[in-house]
Amino acid sequence: MAIQSEQIDRSYFAEGRDDDFDVIGTPVQRSDALGHVTGRTEFFEDRNPPGLLHLKMARSERHHALLKAVDVAPALAVPGVVKVLTHADVPANWYTILRLIGVEPNDEPVLPEDRVLYKGEPIVAVIATSEQAALQGARAVEVTYEDLPVVLDVEEALADDATAIKPHGTNYFVYEGHHCRRIRFGDVDAAFAEADHVFEWRYQSSPIEHAPTETTGCIVIPQADGRLLIHSDTQACFFTLDNTALILEVPFGKLRVMGGTVGGGFGGKVDVTLEPIACIAAMATNKPVKYVYGREEEMQISSPRAAERIYVKDGVMDDGTIVARKVTLYVDAGAYSRHSPYGTTKAAAHMPGPYNIPNVWVDAHCVYTNRTPSSAMRGFGVTIGDFALESQMDRIARALDMDPLHLRLINAYRDGDMKAHRKVAEGTALIEVIQQAAQLVGHELPAELRTMTVYSPASDGWTFLIKNP
Amino acid sequence: MPKSYIEVLVNDEPREFLVQPGTTLLGALREELGLTAAKRGCGQGTCGTCTCIVDGEAVMSCLVPVETIQGADVRTLEGVARDGGELDEVQAAFLEGFATQCGFCTSGMIMAAQALLAENPDPSREDVVRAISGNVCRCTGYESIINAILDAAQRRRATGGVQYVEGGV
Repeated sequence: MAIQSEQIDRSYFAEGRDDDFDVIGTPVQRSDALGHVTGRTEFFEDRNPPGLLHLKMARSERHHALLKAVDVAPALAVPGVVKVLTHADVPANWYTILRLIGVEPNDEPVLPEDRVLYKGEPIVAVIATSEQAALQGARAVEVTYEDLPVVLDVEEALADDATAIKPHGTNYFVYEGHHCRRIRFGDVDAAFAEADHVFEWRYQSSPIEHAPTETTGCIVIPQADGRLLIHSDTQACFFTLDNTALILEVPFGKLRVMGGTVGGGFGGKVDVTLEPIACIAAMATNKPVKYVYGREEEMQISSPRAAERIYVKDGVMDDGTIVARKVTLYVDAGAYSRHSPYGTTKAAAHMPGPYNIPNVWVDAHCVYTNRTPSSAMRGFGVTIGDFALESQMDRIARALDMDPLHLRLINAYRDGDMKAHRKVAEGTALIEVIQQAAQLVGHELPAELRTMTVYSPASDGWTFLIKNP
Repeated sequence: MPKSYIEVLVNDEPREFLVQPGTTLLGALREELGLTAAKRGCGQGTCGTCTCIVDGEAVMSCLVPVETIQGADVRTLEGVARDGGELDEVQAAFLEGFATQCGFCTSGMIMAAQALLAENPDPSREDVVRAISGNVCRCTGYESIINAILDAAQRRRATGGVQYVEGGV
């Protein structure tokens, strides 16, 4: 049963395209598929070096608490436990993954010093000769907590009387001196006043776990030349290498990351939460060390897609034309930044959706709470925004008794339109895609909507597409 | 605690080894025998990545204490291709039908399919869905896997193909 590719519809934009595809439209076998069907693909955990030690974490049982005492003696008494590591063993304890692209401050400790900010936060690393002994040792660590007020809601986190949970004093990420990412385009308030209808609804998503079939993990093997070989299932080898070297305070060349075989990632394996401490353990013992999340840790501790709360307020005319859109969006980063400051910027950049709206106002907040830190996942920052925007479009259509595709088509952005971020729209194709989708599902559109196009003769939006302009 | 002495047939070869009491079949395969095709996805019998065939039946090898299957006939994905490395029908159908993406569930999926086809050479789509209902795939959405297993059944019927697991080897 050979896979047939779908025929490419060459009727659209024919004059703007060379049609010289040599891969698109042709089935191409994956380079790793033979290894997969024979079981010869080597995932990180398929290596079993002699003398392998196992690392497991003693984790916080509280959402927000001071660490009054941490007693590791009971862990060291467990047969098979060879060493424990605390923050004092980490050369440069404070980091944030995206410092590599200029994000600051370093807001996350590899291991916490005086407080924990979320339930499940690692406190003490226990290294043992077997996984079972490491788990027993981790359970034996005795932590004395003093509970602090807990912040679990993004809007409560931003209230004036909220407990500040972050060392830098605010419960939000600061964007170039501002409390959120902002877009200001036209005058939404004036447009709301003149609109025939104003619709405002609230959207809320939950955190979403990637649940890869292979849990996140690594094996670090000290090499004869003094380097550390890191077998990892990370999706981001260079994030891992660079951040780990900075945390270890060693030259980048001291580390070698072997990756590229990922048993499901979906964006969930881009944080650098395992390799640094596994490297410290390997250096401290001069033995290979494995640190891999169990399934429960993968579900509870690994960063999920951020929960978002989004308010969308639209000014709409009787014929369905949207004249203003105001969006207030909160990304729940959880306890630490990880990839959420970037995800929030993406959320702002994605507004107001693929529509030509002359008045747009957006505040996108990256908010810290005492929840599991969230991070990257497929289209993070964008996906939940689309859920809110497209739900909003359907609800407006229903309220105006309009065909929802009609509403989208008359508001769709076209080549040459000025977007809210002062970028000219190019290569949009949205109208044609909706027309084709409608035809495929037998959704009838009136003639004036079937003949619409994103191409506007007044625009030069097609210049980039046209051969030999 | 004293170690246990285990004798089993694995992919037609007699294997003997010592394990700590409580060692699972999955742990024995991966750590004692170096057979790593079967994966540990959850360690609690919910994801199916460790699926192997024991005496003709698909089992979650992470749930089977190896001491309980003394003398059993065990087959893993490493023992599916024919001598010389020629792919069997299920492997070939997975390869050609784009039924693998990350590859982590593939071993368990192929072994679940082997057990199904040994028992039922002409399964319906529903039979296939039921046979892999304990195997989680997070990449494909399952359609390509289901199609590949149906395709493999057809290929095997057309060639009067080899049955690997019926009644032991």
